[in-house]
Amino acid sequence: MATENKTAELTDIEQFRKDHGLAIKEERPLTTLNLGPTHPATHGIFQNILQMDGEVIVDAVPTIGYIHRAFEKIAERRPFYQITPLTDRMNYCSSPINNMGYHMTVEKLLGISVPKRAQYIRVIMMELARISDHLICNSILGVDSGAFTGFLYVMQEREHIYDIYEEVCGARLTTNMGRIGGMERDLSPKALHMIDEFLKRFPKVWAEFEKMLTRNRIFIDRTTDVGAISAERALSYGFTGPNLRATGVDYDVRVMNPYSSYEDFEFEIPVGSKGDTYDRFLVRNEEVWQSLKIIEQAYKNLPEGSYHADAPHYYLPPKQAVYTSMEALIYHFKIVMGEVDAPVGEVYHSVEGGNGELGFYLISDGGRTPYRLHFRRPCFIYYQAYTEMIKGGQLADAILTLSSLNVIAGELDA
Amino acid sequence: MELTNENVLGKIISEFGEENIWDAMNPDGIMTITTNRETIHKLVKYLRDDKELQISFLTTMCGIHYPGQGEKEMCMMYQKHSLRHNYRIRIKVYMPASDPVLPTLTDLYATANWMEREAFDFYGFKFIGHPNLTRILNIEEMEYHPMLKQYPLEDQTREDKINTYFGR
Repeated sequence: MATENKTAELTDIEQFRKDHGLAIKEERPLTTLNLGPTHPATHGIFQNILQMDGEVIVDAVPTIGYIHRAFEKIAERRPFYQITPLTDRMNYCSSPINNMGYHMTVEKLLGISVPKRAQYIRVIMMELARISDHLICNSILGVDSGAFTGFLYVMQEREHIYDIYEEVCGARLTTNMGRIGGMERDLSPKALHMIDEFLKRFPKVWAEFEKMLTRNRIFIDRTTDVGAISAERALSYGFTGPNLRATGVDYDVRVMNPYSSYEDFEFEIPVGSKGDTYDRFLVRNEEVWQSLKIIEQAYKNLPEGSYHADAPHYYLPPKQAVYTSMEALIYHFKIVMGEVDAPVGEVYHSVEGGNGELGFYLISDGGRTPYRLHFRRPCFIYYQAYTEMIKGGQLADAILTLSSLNVIAGELDA
Repeated sequence: MELTNENVLGKIISEFGEENIWDAMNPDGIMTITTNRETIHKLVKYLRDDKELQISFLTTMCGIHYPGQGEKEMCMMYQKHSLRHNYRIRIKVYMPASDPVLPTLTDLYATANWMEREAFDFYGFKFIGHPNLTRILNIEEMEYHPMLKQYPLEDQTREDKINTYFGR
């Protein structure tokens, strides 16, 4: 029967090793070490059963699924708007990117074109989210190698990004700020001012953070040649995003398949060469600078016009309009009650998430809910390479490799 | 060579024959073709290795369930991407629910390992030759494949929830 209790078997280590085809060394016994499920260094709930020969990792069995919440199943029962909160909770370090990516997928299905102003506001929000994602990843990489100061220092800046989210949509972590067809509301003068302030202040902070780690002897020794992966293996593993670019492949969805007016902006794709932890750190650092460049351009050239498409059947009206206009009230009711059908179709849309190509594959059978919604979650795809990347290294290297991969449990399990 | 839907389809059909490739369509700009279980492994390998096409990146794969469709009840979707030509292609394989067996792609792509485990976990697809076809996101004790449409969202095996208390 397939229902045997696996955890009970774990007491029999030799049997476990045999079942999983793990190496058995005759001369001296290997140590089995559980890294996780909940450990401060695993950055989420997932387990790695390591086989250690002294300090060296011989083999590893990763186990995931501890916070699996069946998002793909839940999405099949929810009207299109009600799926947005599910996407927030995947990569919660950069939830606006997930939201916007999902909204763009539905817009593609419905054939809605979004006005330029809304597209630029989306770009600003997505790039702020990318900065916040990268600064968490890189600063925690510092913490894992023993440098706590940088983490506290840049965490303050994340607070400022969250303040901007709060001003734009009212929420800080699970943002939900977009709508199908545009934004919920326009950027207020205060929000614009806050973005301006951020653009002035943040470069200094980030330059200082970079100075602390980039040329730090200890940090370089701890990260160079740690958790390295070749470009060929990375492509076979389906890597995208900073982790792929660290190996030297310049694949970026924003450049290859531009969405939301990314073709209007000037920016570069930073690439590494060796694909080790230090390269991943440098690529993310540089991407933050490029994101700042994009925000600056979008902020300076923010077009006039509407912040949402003229699609009353699908665009959920702002609350103020619902209170004051009969039409908006009717459409609000119809959309919220899920009485609006989508056309029959099948779309795939991908955006460059904080971690890589975040794809949404949606099949609609003409009903009020998707027939099938599949998330291509970059973290799920990276994490299976983890075993290969840590083999032969030391335990301390495994910790750094994990934090530089930026595996986020919400996206891993979905 | 610039890849367009027409010449890619032409190349694939001349390689594998019209009896193995059918239902070519273009729902969202991505060419979608249907093939059979005998061809899928060879087709994916051909797309990867062909010098002209170089459609070598496996973006994603997932299962779909169409209850009551007989021979086409279960569907496995593969999506590939040519990073050189920026060309995407989607391949579908249909099969009856009584026999959801496919060849594995783990010998071609390392990433197929977990994707196939996910499809097995959610839909019960069996991949011949997969090194470790076990559940990945759900618990081992689960006795069904939860993404199949015959299982509504609520957990049908639970008896501690009474519908009247939850407004159902």
